[in-house]
Amino acid sequence: MINETLIPKVGVVTDIRKDTPDVKTFRVVGTDGKKLFQHMPGQCAMVSIPGVGECMFSITSSPTNEEYMEFSIKKCGCVTEVIHSLEVGAQVTVRGPYGKNFPVEEDFKGKDLLFIAGGIGLAPLRSVINYVRHYRENYGKVVIVYGARSKDDLVDIEEIQTEWVNEPNTEVYLTIDRPQEGWDGHVGFVPAYVKELGLNPNMTAVLCGPPIMIKFTLAGLLELGFDKSRVYTTLELRMKCGVGKCGRCNVGDKFVCKDGPVFRMTELDELPDEY
Amino acid sequence: MLKIAKERLNDLYAKINESMGLFIPIKKAGEVDYHIWGEGKEVSLETLKTVKSPKNMFFPQSENMMKFKTEGKNIEIIDVRGEKRPFVLFGVKPCDYKAIEVLDKVFLAEPVDTYYQSRREATTIVTLACSKPEESCFCKVFDIDATAAYGDVTTWLDGENLYWQANTEKGEALTALVKELLEDSDDAAVKAQQEATKAIIDKLPYSNLDLSKFKPENLNELFNAQEWTEMSEACLGCGTCTFVCPTCQCFDIRDFKTNEGVIRYRCWDSCMYSDFTLMAHGNSRTTQMQRFRQRFMHKLVYYPSQNDGLYSCVGCGRCVNKCPQKLNIVKVIKTLGGKNND
Repeated sequence: MINETLIPKVGVVTDIRKDTPDVKTFRVVGTDGKKLFQHMPGQCAMVSIPGVGECMFSITSSPTNEEYMEFSIKKCGCVTEVIHSLEVGAQVTVRGPYGKNFPVEEDFKGKDLLFIAGGIGLAPLRSVINYVRHYRENYGKVVIVYGARSKDDLVDIEEIQTEWVNEPNTEVYLTIDRPQEGWDGHVGFVPAYVKELGLNPNMTAVLCGPPIMIKFTLAGLLELGFDKSRVYTTLELRMKCGVGKCGRCNVGDKFVCKDGPVFRMTELDELPDEY
Repeated sequence: MLKIAKERLNDLYAKINESMGLFIPIKKAGEVDYHIWGEGKEVSLETLKTVKSPKNMFFPQSENMMKFKTEGKNIEIIDVRGEKRPFVLFGVKPCDYKAIEVLDKVFLAEPVDTYYQSRREATTIVTLACSKPEESCFCKVFDIDATAAYGDVTTWLDGENLYWQANTEKGEALTALVKELLEDSDDAAVKAQQEATKAIIDKLPYSNLDLSKFKPENLNELFNAQEWTEMSEACLGCGTCTFVCPTCQCFDIRDFKTNEGVIRYRCWDSCMYSDFTLMAHGNSRTTQMQRFRQRFMHKLVYYPSQNDGLYSCVGCGRCVNKCPQKLNIVKVIKTLGGKNND
């Protein structure tokens, strides 16, 4: 039978890591034990539990990982609730990859990169960050600013503290919203922290997080002299098909599933304010 | 050009039906819609507007996409797509035919939707040119010629004959299948009918709407127009316009649990519904004004912007007739389409 993008593949959950009270990272492979398909950083996949529903998630693992894919999923709706109840060995269905990736092989190459994430917004950025780490010589300095509500809400904290901080020519800045026992790092919201850090505005920036964080962080970056055409973010809207046909994830004449989820800030400026 | 006497049409239907399925406007319980033909069915070619458009033939209101069988932790995916039996879609009006071309650009664009494609490829479309357009018609606005030769075969019907012209290979094949029933004809009657129909169309109240403002470069200005609030105030969000519309193609994908496993199906959905864009963490369109605006912006600006200026409205006028609140795309065009609408 000819290929149909809407028909998924069966995936097996081989590992589950509890990152925060409401975020788990699921490792998935095909039933043959191999990676289900190739993707690029920023692309997404539809994960489903038959009988419950299908949802779009960013693929948080890097394409350079040849063995498996990972999805960091926050429990916040009826499908993610059931996904969170899965145990290792459970099967799910997966289809993809969908959407436009970060321009890691084009615009990002040779540039100094600034990654700013809030909460579960780290999920799509982790894919790019690990891709850049893998091809480290192709990129300049890397600065990562990551914030969450509390220290318990920082996703992937172990990988950040054991691997990212030791990467050459890389700076990692973590922050949490309010002071907390056992936290001696920075306290404060991401947008304010970004301004405090006085970052070099020649960097190419990637923002991902709640809309309110993106709005204020972007304003801060512009104050610092960043150029909007070198600031990227990702959008998230309800999706069913993933290929620009079901008609629901459009912003103006662009479909987030097909023309996004990665957008340049200058591209977003041209679209109506409906996201 | 070929022709067949009107009283022999039943023989034509029977002949087609011997080797292919035949979907044709049939009157059932007082309403005319496309149904499968059979002896004794009340065919109504003359009905200008079937209640639903023939989009149902390629993009059914509800269709099963796949099945899942689960045993313990194991999931098995069962492909339920089968070979589609060839069928003829007969009597399609020019506007509805053009609407299929609008759908083609969505479903046949990469990655191709194989559910739609298999039905589309199995179908021979026989159009029926218009001879009695109604006041709610405005296909001319979208450069559709209601008398022209669209589809695999085009037919023209007058008081005595159905005139027949094949336009494509599929059309030639169908013609060959029924050739014993067709006889040669000149095109005098067709030409006369075309002229008479065009004269009526020129005088229809909505035939000269101005669309000049609906250009991609005006996207944001149109989106931000103050008039949307007033235009949408009466909208109930019932979705009738989207269901009768021949170009509306939004769908939902859902799962249904049965005793033999889970069936994943898709069904028509409507951008007029509040949960259309609802996510766990919010909704990008929270008001009926936003949903109303989305529907018309999609048809008149977003879709054309992505499809070389082709509008996603064919002027069939079903929404004009069916909206319980008398809202419709004509009012939107008159309000925002350009200064020549005054």
